[in-house]
Amino acid sequence: MKGRTLSRHFRESFKSLGRNGWMTFASISAVAVTLLLVGSFIVMMMNLNKMADNIENDVEIKVVADPGASSEAVKELQNKVKEIDGVASVNYATREDELDKIIKSYGKELSLYKQSNPLGDALYVKAENPHDTAAIAKKIDTYEYTADVVYGAGKVEKLFDVVEISRNVGLILILALLFTAMFLISNTIRLTIIARGREIEIMKLVGATNNFVRIPFILEGVWLGIFGSILPMAAIAIAYQQIYAYWQPKLVNEMFQLLDPIPFIIQVDGLLLFMGVFIGVWGSLMSVRKFLKV
Amino acid sequence: MIKMKNVYKKYSNGVVAANGINIDINNGEFVYVVGPSGAGKSTFIKMMYREESPTSGQIFIDGTDLSSLKNKEIPYLRRQIGVVFQDFKLLPRLNVYENVAFALEVIEETPTEIRKKVTDVLALVGLSQKARMFPNELSGGEQQRVSIARSIVNEPKLVIADEPTGNLDPDTSLGIMNIFEKINNRGTTIIMATHNKDIVNSIRHRVLLVEGGMITRDEYEGEYSYEG
Repeated sequence: MKGRTLSRHFRESFKSLGRNGWMTFASISAVAVTLLLVGSFIVMMMNLNKMADNIENDVEIKVVADPGASSEAVKELQNKVKEIDGVASVNYATREDELDKIIKSYGKELSLYKQSNPLGDALYVKAENPHDTAAIAKKIDTYEYTADVVYGAGKVEKLFDVVEISRNVGLILILALLFTAMFLISNTIRLTIIARGREIEIMKLVGATNNFVRIPFILEGVWLGIFGSILPMAAIAIAYQQIYAYWQPKLVNEMFQLLDPIPFIIQVDGLLLFMGVFIGVWGSLMSVRKFLKV
Repeated sequence: MIKMKNVYKKYSNGVVAANGINIDINNGEFVYVVGPSGAGKSTFIKMMYREESPTSGQIFIDGTDLSSLKNKEIPYLRRQIGVVFQDFKLLPRLNVYENVAFALEVIEETPTEIRKKVTDVLALVGLSQKARMFPNELSGGEQQRVSIARSIVNEPKLVIADEPTGNLDPDTSLGIMNIFEKINNRGTTIIMATHNKDIVNSIRHRVLLVEGGMITRDEYEGEYSYEG
């Protein structure tokens, strides 16, 4: 194709946006509204997903050593635990630390126990993959000097199940929403092109090749996608930053943390732009195809 | 220029629009195609530029066998043929000049050439003054002339016109016939389907009578030869 023809196609695609005024407006609105929905949903899901990660990562194993075990023995136990496959970290807490913690939670009366501390030293173990927690706990339980191994058996498994289900539900919802968006947008574009079916037919009859007809429509789809995604991109970027600025300071030390706006917003906006352009082009191609068979 | 061998066309609804057509049309001929409505005139014509394909039989245009033509080669066939449609088929959102120029843009002609050729052809059909008007601002005859201008602007060897004088008053029809005579005199082959008895009988050319999907009469210097 000659450069002159390509620039003609560019010119033609822009002209056509203007000539089809209301149809262009309808398509851009359809893209904008659906992408706004998809975008908001993705932002929500990604943040919930992060919360799920936080919850999962919070799962840890508490290994209580025999109260009679010497601190050397517990250190040795710590080293042995560290060597288990899949263990991310092992923190050592002395029996005094443990007691302080209990006193803090239950009140000063318990400081009486400081004279004769009944507690053992403790190890706090985190798994690299939270789902391995149970297996690791089982293994630690077989080691010497362990009085008790606690990780919330039963509860943890249930938690993982819930997180897993909510992740899947979120993914299905996003896919369903995307599908609806594609259907809605390509349908609107289809309507605008059907209105021009006769035009395409005439082009073909005077000897235009399929590409000659198609390219301006594809470009038009690109512009519709770009113009349609600008609004939702801006809206989500601004809204998320506002929400982040308002909420994040209040969420310090909470399990639920918002994702940092950078690069998160850039990623979401990039995705929206890509979807807008992709759906615009796809809708154009699907709709033009029908009329090219002249 | 045009050769048809045992051409047979049956539409999916069962209508047989071409029932064994054999014809030879030479370079530079002017041929009227007459016959009652529904006799198969339009199908006969549409098969020449592959808007319709025959169910069986062979069609050659300028030596090219249309049945061997791949889909992507069809545009190049159509560029050698100027078609004047019964319903004009103008692009409503383009003005007169742009409608005619479109046929040249499609074949990637240079802007200078486009300007020159379009200006010339608009002068030929007498529409120089209306170049910036849109189809809906023109009379039927004027739209017909735009359609003719578009069909001849890239100087095709063959011009096919389907009822180019249908629904036009006698004076306008005569004006349009003058244009066809002019381009025929330049050596262009012209195939013209028509119902216009006066024209066929006054401007004498070869006449093909199509009835029931067959060519039932083929006369040089013929007359409009059926009643109905």
